[in-house]
Amino acid sequence: MIPAAFEYAKASSVDEAVKLLDKYGEDAKVLAGGHSLIPLMRLRLAQPKALVDINGVKGLDHIEAKGDKLHVGALVRHVAIHSSDVVRDKLPILADVASEVGDNQVRNMGTMGGVVAHADAAGDYPTIALMLDAEIVTNKRTIAAKDFFKDLFTTPLHADEIVTEVVFPIANGPHKYIKFRRRLFDWAIVGAAAQKLNGHWRIGLTNVGPTPVRAKSVEDALAKGAKPEEAAQHASDGLDPAGDLRASPEYKKHLARVLTRRAIEQAQ
Amino acid sequence: MAVTQLVGAKIHRREDPRLITGHGHYLDDFTRQGTVYASFVRSPFAHARVKSIDVTDASKAPGVVGVYTARDFKGQLTGTHPTTPAFTAAKKYVPERFPIAEKEVCYQGEIVAVVVAGSRAQAADGANLIQVDYEELPAVMDLEKALKPGSAKVHVDGPDNIGWDIPYTGPEVTDAAFKEADVVVKERILQNRLAPVPMEPRGVLAEYESFDKKLTIWLSSQSPHFIRLFVSGSMGLKENQVRVISPDVGGGFGSKISPYPEDYLVPALSRMTERPVKWIETRTESIQNATHGRGQFYDVEVAAKKDGTVTAMRVTQFLDIGAYHGTFAGFQACACLMAGGAYKWKGGITARTIGILTNRVPTDPYRGAGRPEATHLVERMIDLVALELKMDPVDVRKKNFVQPEDFPFTQNFGLVIDSGDYEKSLDKALQLAGYSDLRKKQADLRKQGRYLGIGLSTWIEICGFGPSAATAPATGGIALVESAQVRVTPTGAVMVYTGTHSHGQGHETTFSQLVADQLGVPMESVDLRHGDTAEGTAFGYGTYGSRSLAVGGVAVSKAVGKVIDKGKKIAAHLLEAAEEDIVFEHGSFHVKGSPDKAKAFGEVAFASYGTGLPEGVEQGLEATAYFDPPNLVWPFGAHVAVVEIDAETGNAKLEKYVAVDDCGNIINPMIVDGQIHGGVVQAIAQALYEEVVYDEASGQLKTGTLTDYMIPSAGEIPQLIVDKTITPSPTNDLGVKGIGEAGTIAASAAVINAICDALSPLGIKHVDMPASPDKIWHMMKEARK
Amino acid sequence: MKHKVVVTINGRKHEHEVEPRLLLVHYIRDVAGLTGTHIGCDTSQCGACTIHVDGKAVKSCTMFAVQADGRNLTTIEGLANGDELHPIQQAFWDEHGLQCGYCTPGFIMEAAYLLAQNPNPTEDEIRKGLEGNLCRCTGYVNIVKAVQSAAKTMSSAPAKKTTVTAGGN
Repeated sequence: MIPAAFEYAKASSVDEAVKLLDKYGEDAKVLAGGHSLIPLMRLRLAQPKALVDINGVKGLDHIEAKGDKLHVGALVRHVAIHSSDVVRDKLPILADVASEVGDNQVRNMGTMGGVVAHADAAGDYPTIALMLDAEIVTNKRTIAAKDFFKDLFTTPLHADEIVTEVVFPIANGPHKYIKFRRRLFDWAIVGAAAQKLNGHWRIGLTNVGPTPVRAKSVEDALAKGAKPEEAAQHASDGLDPAGDLRASPEYKKHLARVLTRRAIEQAQ
Repeated sequence: MAVTQLVGAKIHRREDPRLITGHGHYLDDFTRQGTVYASFVRSPFAHARVKSIDVTDASKAPGVVGVYTARDFKGQLTGTHPTTPAFTAAKKYVPERFPIAEKEVCYQGEIVAVVVAGSRAQAADGANLIQVDYEELPAVMDLEKALKPGSAKVHVDGPDNIGWDIPYTGPEVTDAAFKEADVVVKERILQNRLAPVPMEPRGVLAEYESFDKKLTIWLSSQSPHFIRLFVSGSMGLKENQVRVISPDVGGGFGSKISPYPEDYLVPALSRMTERPVKWIETRTESIQNATHGRGQFYDVEVAAKKDGTVTAMRVTQFLDIGAYHGTFAGFQACACLMAGGAYKWKGGITARTIGILTNRVPTDPYRGAGRPEATHLVERMIDLVALELKMDPVDVRKKNFVQPEDFPFTQNFGLVIDSGDYEKSLDKALQLAGYSDLRKKQADLRKQGRYLGIGLSTWIEICGFGPSAATAPATGGIALVESAQVRVTPTGAVMVYTGTHSHGQGHETTFSQLVADQLGVPMESVDLRHGDTAEGTAFGYGTYGSRSLAVGGVAVSKAVGKVIDKGKKIAAHLLEAAEEDIVFEHGSFHVKGSPDKAKAFGEVAFASYGTGLPEGVEQGLEATAYFDPPNLVWPFGAHVAVVEIDAETGNAKLEKYVAVDDCGNIINPMIVDGQIHGGVVQAIAQALYEEVVYDEASGQLKTGTLTDYMIPSAGEIPQLIVDKTITPSPTNDLGVKGIGEAGTIAASAAVINAICDALSPLGIKHVDMPASPDKIWHMMKEARK
Repeated sequence: MKHKVVVTINGRKHEHEVEPRLLLVHYIRDVAGLTGTHIGCDTSQCGACTIHVDGKAVKSCTMFAVQADGRNLTTIEGLANGDELHPIQQAFWDEHGLQCGYCTPGFIMEAAYLLAQNPNPTEDEIRKGLEGNLCRCTGYVNIVKAVQSAAKTMSSAPAKKTTVTAGGN
């Protein structure tokens, strides 16, 4: 299928990209990896008037550990995250997650910034970002992950705002991400992440609501000394997931509990 | 069959060098000077009245050559969609179908308008500008509700929604057996609706030459001659004015047999615009509009004795026809005739098929067509009998098998099964799977609260369509025989033309092996051609129903035989011997008892174009043959699936899969194994992953892309263990049966039987397809209550 | 507005003015005339259109031609060295790793990338590595075998390895 016509411009800097976005207005979209946007355009479910291609923007493809933070540039591809020694060393759960996004070819194109800005409920990075209190940095400001994923496909980003990097805390303690899906290349039916950080468990869930979820009640129960199987029972507290072709709401809640327990138990 | 070098050998495929280097010729690789592109406007509703269509904006859009609606095709195309009459002989209602809807649309995707423009993009843009005013009508989606008097109707002017209702045998046939039964088991068994998804979607390129009044159609088809027959008729052309070329075809699985609306509309557009017109189906269009398969449910009951003898069956097939009858839709009713499977039913089988119209895309044959459904239901019922009687499913099968000495065996519907040795293939499969160890492992795991299941499928198949007496009434007159032509040039090069048409089966290789062996010439001397109605015989019947080798291959062999016979006449003349004293072997004609007095095949070929031929012998060396098989052929086999179900998530993981199949003599074992692999995986996909889902209220397709329609990848599929037994078919001289559909016919039952076996400690008896984790988890949860 | 695109495909330079919405796969097929790269879906699942862009396997249906400006592309037509098949092509032939052949160019290109990254993959790694390519004919059995066999051939003939990502870097 063929997308509707659009204007196209390449930006070589963030400033230039922002200027172009200003020029084209509300109907412009940023093109990074394109693996969410282009299929939607081919189906004509998205018909932007203009695309601003930021793939040539310099300085957005860094992976750097600075102090107790890991900075991942918006244009870093999944494959780079997965194969980065720095990520493997400083935030190994992120490397694991990156290897399970899409498929091999998708991972060569898809980007950290693209996944975060797209804010799909089934996206994997947003769960990690939310769970670890990561910060999403744009050309204008820094937004805490908890304020960023507002609703399904909805973020506080303005039309002329571009994600430049995501800053995670360094966390190389026990961790596990379990992405439950039918086919290897599928989105998560439900995903559960567990990460020990500063002696405390952080628990995140994917695709159990319009936004990623941090399972605080599980974290609290664990902090109070509950066993994983007891604590994980709280994973579905307050969840009201939408059913879809693959899973009923009830099943998603069940999976949230089972996968949370498994993630904690299998974390290493 | 002679002992030879090529037949039976793993010969590398001749078609591969072009395909692995990117030099294949699939439909979209063809173009003609001045080609314009078509884009279709399709109904977004399952059922609606078309009030008006506004083409003003589209007509003015850049590059648009023309915009057309039903009215424009009225003078171009006549008639209705062809359907098989015999299978729908009893109570039936076959709605009229014009390739483009005028006043009423009856499934989501039905065509209402088409834009022709200078490029693909301009055509798509133009189609987006067409405004159609619809009045939505109630969608008929539920099979049982559709049958009720007073139901909303799929076609507002139709009498009801009953496409056919055929009681093959009445209840009285099985009354006695059910009365005398020790146990009766009953089940309702669903067959999920499936999208065939050949990796190459469909497409049509048509060029009408106004002055010559000749039409060439390139399309991705399993049966180019049938398409020529139907399209020429509808367009008011003689068959010799139309040439259909089906080039390399990227898979079909049954979805490229019947004609489609676009197959008529695109050629008509070429005649109207006087330009070559091309349309390539997108994947989204393909899932929405290419005919679907299965989409049925069965009410089945089986009567059995305490010792495990099954005596009688009652089965009713409820089949979702969709909005219009598929050309060969009625063929799927053969599930009833095959419901007895590999077993003896001395107390009879009561069978009835009801075809029900719904506001969905039509169903038509999909790999196996009727036979996977038959296997699935009978293999499930055998397991239910075993469960009820607490017997090993192996023992129930062995107790009821038709035995080797029973063949030819006339089954309950009068079909004659030509050959078989069911116990042999089962024993081999059990041994390969390590059946007794698996049962021990299962017992151990059950103690740990784990759910391991072992499932069997001892399948049989009817294929090789088909004898003219059986098929001519079913197709409305054209018997499904097969034709072949063999032509030998003066230098001894051999050109073989077949009426079958490979879409991945490797005919260029297999058939060449056959011919090269029979003629004793190298394979390089043989060129196999198919797929072009301007070449070869006047009619070819196509590839489907596992028929190519068992019917087409035999036709080729017969034509080669005729060439050899003529060669003998010429050789006898050259060698000054009597014709009956000439022996042909290893590529040479020699006088019986004097191998030195010989003429090579090439010499005879050359001589056949020369002078001084024997009295009454014409120049040239070529022959045409048609093969009308005396019976169908009956492959069989035994499959074993091993599944473990995650007690917490309900996820069924296929641990092991063993397939032992018997397709008679084998020409190329590598290709046979490949067919088994693909077929098995397609059925595993049906059992675990795939389902076309429509919204039950609105009729909107919910699985319109490969994101939602779940074709499995390599990551979901285990390594398969494949082996064979060989029981030559007595039906044809080659002793061959079919293998294209076998895997698909066998495997869904094995997988689901394994899942049910795994869950049996919970009292779960039956799980429908696809056995998704969510579904299994819900069942386990209910069972544990 | 049309944009100028200059790309190198299989070592040959191509230069055209194209609409931004032209997908790279349509450019390769319809503009550059290399029809070995196929289209099997609309949503980036099937992988039939897989090519190498600067040595990396990507789905050319999920990239615009304008994005490929200045890049070095390899398609299935560029994999063989003249008449000499690439070891992966040879292995697909030897192991019957294809039936209808439509998905095959995508699989071969992905396998070439996979083996360049991981010359000795396990069966599981191969299956995972091919997760972005769908085949409807083979059940993947012989595709996996072909990749295993190619890996063996390529590791025993290291000189040939340089051709793995022909055109890439």
